[in-house]
Amino acid sequence: MISVQNVHKSFGDLEVLKGVSLDVKKGEVVSVIGGSGSGKSTLLYCINAIEPINRGKILVDDVDVHAKETNKDKLRQKLGMVFQQWNSFPHMTVLENAALAPRIVKKMSKEEAIEIAKKELEHVGLGDKFDVYPTKMSGGQQQRLAIARALAMKPDYMLLDEVTSALDPELVGEVLDTLRLLAEEGMTMICVTHEMGFARDVSDRVAYFHEGVIAEIGEARQVITDPQNPLTQKFLSKVR
Amino acid sequence: MNSLFTPLSWSDSGLILTGVWNTIIISVVAIVVGTILGLIVGFLRAESNKAVNVLFGSVLDVLRSVPLIIQLILFSTFVGAMGNPLAPFVAGSIVLSLYTMAFMSEVFRSGFESVSPSMQTAARSLGMTKWQTIYHIRLPIGLRAVFPSWLGVALSVIKDSALVSVIGYMELLRTSEQLISRTQQPLEILIGVGIFYFIISYPLSHYGRYVERKMAI
Repeated sequence: MISVQNVHKSFGDLEVLKGVSLDVKKGEVVSVIGGSGSGKSTLLYCINAIEPINRGKILVDDVDVHAKETNKDKLRQKLGMVFQQWNSFPHMTVLENAALAPRIVKKMSKEEAIEIAKKELEHVGLGDKFDVYPTKMSGGQQQRLAIARALAMKPDYMLLDEVTSALDPELVGEVLDTLRLLAEEGMTMICVTHEMGFARDVSDRVAYFHEGVIAEIGEARQVITDPQNPLTQKFLSKVR
Repeated sequence: MNSLFTPLSWSDSGLILTGVWNTIIISVVAIVVGTILGLIVGFLRAESNKAVNVLFGSVLDVLRSVPLIIQLILFSTFVGAMGNPLAPFVAGSIVLSLYTMAFMSEVFRSGFESVSPSMQTAARSLGMTKWQTIYHIRLPIGLRAVFPSWLGVALSVIKDSALVSVIGYMELLRTSEQLISRTQQPLEILIGVGIFYFIISYPLSHYGRYVERKMAI
């Protein structure tokens, strides 16, 4: 379980998270929506210990993420993360991209790492691209590679930060389909997204972020189709 | 009638080959040492804050801005005046290596900086440590990006090594000067020397373009 408890986070004088609390249970898919600058991406970065927090606590399987004694590299192995920019490693083939972390982080043998990488690449529909260099692929394919690369570490959780925002519109579908597949398989996910249809159909719960706090959280369909908070109503009327 | 000058003959080839060999040796030393030091300094510069950079930068600026020939003379005279004259090869290697390092460090710095922070974050998010990220991601991507510039510096070092002749190192130019003063055949000899530099440099730059194409990402 991921447990975010009253987290505050500032960049300089700008307070981006102003007391955020959120529990995500195993197997649950939570989508986070909200305007830009509302702090939703920052929350993911804090959960993954990429950004330190100023106050509060984040527990991942009861381990305090930001405690000094926590081995953050080890912790991140549990938390797969995919970003808006896919960041494929351009000097490696697709297969090497996915096999690198299992090999050097988990110290698997080369054969083992490649086997896992192949499996995950097939999983996201890139089974015919093993020896291709990522720069030769479309954004959607590279983003699926980023998902496979994260999955190859066998994470318990996936943190997805606006993974379709940088894609051409016609490529969004293939990436969302991959995420749908993961959700059906029971992967625990926190998705920061602007895809309201995806948030409504795939997630269990939706949280609406407004100016660094969760203004509304609830069952996905209810939040998207029948929001209770006037702020959520205003936001959703604008994005539709 | 006996002439003061003796024409160029096959017996001079030993001397010329020594010159060629010495040019190659000092170039290789300068390129290898300059690359290793440049890699370290370039990395430190890409990593460190402004204050450290200003300090590093000013030393490097001096090395880059003062003509090599002046650095060579100043260094070898200074060391000689201190009472421990160095062999021309040693003094020349030190100066040429530092000079090379000054240019290489800028090349590598721009390489390291060309790898976006978000790429590094992506690597860290997979559980890689800072050093794993440097070794597996930043270094290979950065080096590929700057390989053409690296080769440019390396080639110019081979040509700049001719200047080490001013402190008495018997490299190609110096041996040819000796031959010229004996034979009074400057045209033939300098054309020959020019061809030697070309023969050394051209295949390298050609091979470099091939490597560059292969590594292109």
